[in-house]
Amino acid sequence: MENINAKYVSQKISKTRWCPVSYSSLQQPEVFATGSWDNEDNKVSIWSIGNHNNSGLEDGFEGDPQILCEHKHGGDVLDLQFLDQERMVSASSTGAVTIFRYHPNTHTISVLQHWARAHSYPCDNAPCTALVCSSPEIVTVGEDGRIVVFRADQEGAVRVIGEMRTRMLPPHKESSLKLSVVFVRECRQQHNSRGDLPKDHGALKFDLFIIFLYRAPLHCVDRHPNQQHIVATGGQDGMLCVWDVRQGGTPISLMEAHSAEMWEVRFHPTNPDHLFTCSEDGSLLHWETASHSEMPSFLQGGRNSSVISHGALTPAGGNRPLSSAWLCGDSGKGCLETTHMLPSQTMSVNSLDIIGQCLVCGTDGEAIFVNRHVPV
Amino acid sequence: AIHLQEPEGKHMGFAWGQGNIFVYETLFKATGSGSPFIHEVRKDEDIYSPILRKLFNESHHIFVGLQTIREDLPSKNKKPQFVSISKNYRSVIRACMEELHISLNPTVSILLAIELIWNLCEVLFIDAAPAGSLLLHLLDWVRLHKADVDEKARDVLQSDSPAEHRDYWDVVVSYVLQGRLDEARQMLGKKATLTPAANNIFKMMDNLLSKMPFYNPGGTQTLTEFDVKWRHWHEEVDRCLQDNSFASNQHLEVLCKILLGDEDTLLEHKDLLGTWYHFLVSRLLFCHPTVKPTELHYYAQVNYSTKTLSAPEPLDSILLAAFEFDIHQVIKDCSIALNNWWFVAHLTDLLDHCKLLQSHNLHFGSNLREFLLLEYASGLFTHHSLWQLAVDYFDHCLEFGRVYLELQIERVPLDTERKALKVLRICEQRQMSEQVRSICKIMAMRALRNNRLGSALSWSIRAKDAAFATLISERFLQDYCAKGTFSDLDLIDNLGPAMLLSDRLTFLGKYREFHKLYGEKRFKEAAKLLLSLMTAKIAPRSFWMTLLTDALPLLEQKEVIFSADQTYELMFCLEELTSSLNTPSSDSDKSMQEEDVELTKVELLRLALSRNLAMAIVKEGTVET
Repeated sequence: MENINAKYVSQKISKTRWCPVSYSSLQQPEVFATGSWDNEDNKVSIWSIGNHNNSGLEDGFEGDPQILCEHKHGGDVLDLQFLDQERMVSASSTGAVTIFRYHPNTHTISVLQHWARAHSYPCDNAPCTALVCSSPEIVTVGEDGRIVVFRADQEGAVRVIGEMRTRMLPPHKESSLKLSVVFVRECRQQHNSRGDLPKDHGALKFDLFIIFLYRAPLHCVDRHPNQQHIVATGGQDGMLCVWDVRQGGTPISLMEAHSAEMWEVRFHPTNPDHLFTCSEDGSLLHWETASHSEMPSFLQGGRNSSVISHGALTPAGGNRPLSSAWLCGDSGKGCLETTHMLPSQTMSVNSLDIIGQCLVCGTDGEAIFVNRHVPV
Repeated sequence: AIHLQEPEGKHMGFAWGQGNIFVYETLFKATGSGSPFIHEVRKDEDIYSPILRKLFNESHHIFVGLQTIREDLPSKNKKPQFVSISKNYRSVIRACMEELHISLNPTVSILLAIELIWNLCEVLFIDAAPAGSLLLHLLDWVRLHKADVDEKARDVLQSDSPAEHRDYWDVVVSYVLQGRLDEARQMLGKKATLTPAANNIFKMMDNLLSKMPFYNPGGTQTLTEFDVKWRHWHEEVDRCLQDNSFASNQHLEVLCKILLGDEDTLLEHKDLLGTWYHFLVSRLLFCHPTVKPTELHYYAQVNYSTKTLSAPEPLDSILLAAFEFDIHQVIKDCSIALNNWWFVAHLTDLLDHCKLLQSHNLHFGSNLREFLLLEYASGLFTHHSLWQLAVDYFDHCLEFGRVYLELQIERVPLDTERKALKVLRICEQRQMSEQVRSICKIMAMRALRNNRLGSALSWSIRAKDAAFATLISERFLQDYCAKGTFSDLDLIDNLGPAMLLSDRLTFLGKYREFHKLYGEKRFKEAAKLLLSLMTAKIAPRSFWMTLLTDALPLLEQKEVIFSADQTYELMFCLEELTSSLNTPSSDSDKSMQEEDVELTKVELLRLALSRNLAMAIVKEGTVET
């Protein structure tokens, strides 16, 4: 915990995301974006924790995040994802979806695209609650119960799914993974559904069905980066569940993680034996499981893509049927270690992101914490 | 200030808001046109400053930490903790000051004053230094708040010939006035090398300066021993003055007089001292270094009256009150002088933890600490974002905090579901069931308005609001009757124990189960369920027709599904239904067509039921051979 520094930023942070780094350069990430919420004027900001050779700052020790630029944002930032190294997409509580471009040379942010009413009710705004991107497609989901697909270069929506099927429930979040664009979608009701969408000649086909149901509303979900059938979820009761999608039904393991809602769960993108969760109760937990496989982790799964970030597609080459320690179930409890990563009595931690050894998270106490030496 | 256009003949009306007032121009007579503008007058602009927000957030963190210090430790172990907490608060103030300084914000001066007062309170009240160390702490206090000495010294040292700089002697005198004798000696050394002729007297001064005793609190020397030593030194300096040893150098003679604590000399240098409290501390340093805390106020009063030229500022009276150890007066004056409760609330809370405030009950029953914290937190609640901090403050006000929180939390605007979830979590953790219910009702109504029945239902389940759940279930059923299908099926399918919240909800759940069973072709179970819905009176009477109509396909099956007994029961239900329908109540507005349809349905049912009955009797009567 000595390596974690708090930076007070005068805005409640709802999302923090590392800007994706080029894998070939083996760099640690240096730039991250944050979105704020519950302000009269919300903002999307870009921060840097690198060394500033040109700005000559003497105050603030190394690693103290410095703001590079910011841009105002209408409505709360409910989700934020990077499309690529320069563009990021935000989902707003007004139902708008916006693509921002960050210009690293001039340190400015400009708006590339703005879909103002991606989600709406007939007489009201419907918040756009989550989005996922696999460049150039952006898939968003909102409280009005629709899934909308956008393309980064096109004006209108490519596809709207939602009202056609009466079984559609107000979904709240989804993440798209792998080539077959798979949705894992859950809503604030006891629901979790997943659809397989084979990418067919550029057209996306959708077929959604329920895999498993959980008794409390779910807020976050993440998929194992290498083994696509492993999914971790967290929700209102603060329990961390690990599911095997192939089996469905009941979760493989159910762990009491937090005493309040869990807001985000993340597998480490390159070292998936590590999992991170953050919650309303102000704690950020680092879960570590001992892997049964003897193969070193960098040989598990293929990683031919040149960009590593959480929303990116990775090619289907690495789909080996390795047994993962996450599927141990109750017997695996002995090989699971948990550590708190933040000082006690912080306010709700709304968001976290991890790449390499760098962890960034944002809280309702208007603070950002950055840890550059996470032991993974 | 708000300026009305054409103020003559106009009146001003106002309405209270939460933490603000809406003011508008009007005419109390009915005729005439008014200005279309409404002005909002906010009483506290500070909380909207982005830099001060950091102050509020960081100090909240420290506050919460302070409240959770274990009560069972003896107070002498807790004192260093309290001092370090006080230092934490001060460093937060300083951090803000630095940022404000960069942006040239006038609030800097207020923060400076606040930090000055807090520092003094820490020295006098929290640290409660005894005689001997008291003066050392006061010296530190003065040094910390007089930064221009270092700037001047830097200028002098960086010049080509420091000893010839015009500020040189000012710097030396300032050092001595602050008790920084080593640095003074270093400076003097530069002059000494320049004027070798006067080497003797410089050496003598250096000697005097080096021998001035300073009390060492951690050492073995007692206060009395120190006093004796100091008096010896003082006499030696006096002898030097009487001998006119420094007569050749006017500056050194001045220094000598200062070392003796000569009041007139000190007054001559009031520009260098700047403030009366610097004057006070310097005089104590050179006249009475073993000053006791209880004697402080006497010296403060005397020195204050000799020093002031201008009218007393609020800061001066606050500091004086501090020197007199009148904590309540300090707090009172600060409350009046500052426009934000932050300072007094946090300081009073800390002093209360140090058990320094007598329980001073105010008129409405709570004590001073609680009153100030409540005021501060209520101010926070008016902010669109900082309300979350206020919750913790209310939690630690034992008497009225909960009531305040209950009233305020309902008024937080619930723009998004996520915010509502956070507010709900706050209420649920504190068992505020009334507020939970009202918040859930707001969210459920909003969902209903947007025709999101599933969401509305789940909100009412969370609130355990049976009446609302009934209402929403009715809507579901109406939708079903209108459209023929259910929305939000997955929710209804998995209600679990929540189904028992209201009768209508139970019916909805069971009815959906019937549909599922039917879909899975488990007809016998479906039939049983359907019947039980009517006989157990779970289904509302208005829905029986629909249920019976649903039974039709089951009756029409080739295979006998309803047993004879069950068929009898169905017939009984049908009769009950038709007899109630035939009563001439308010059915006169039903059109002829509707009545026809109803009659046809009843006919069909009767036919199907009798046929089923026949087949069932036959089937049950048959003996397998």
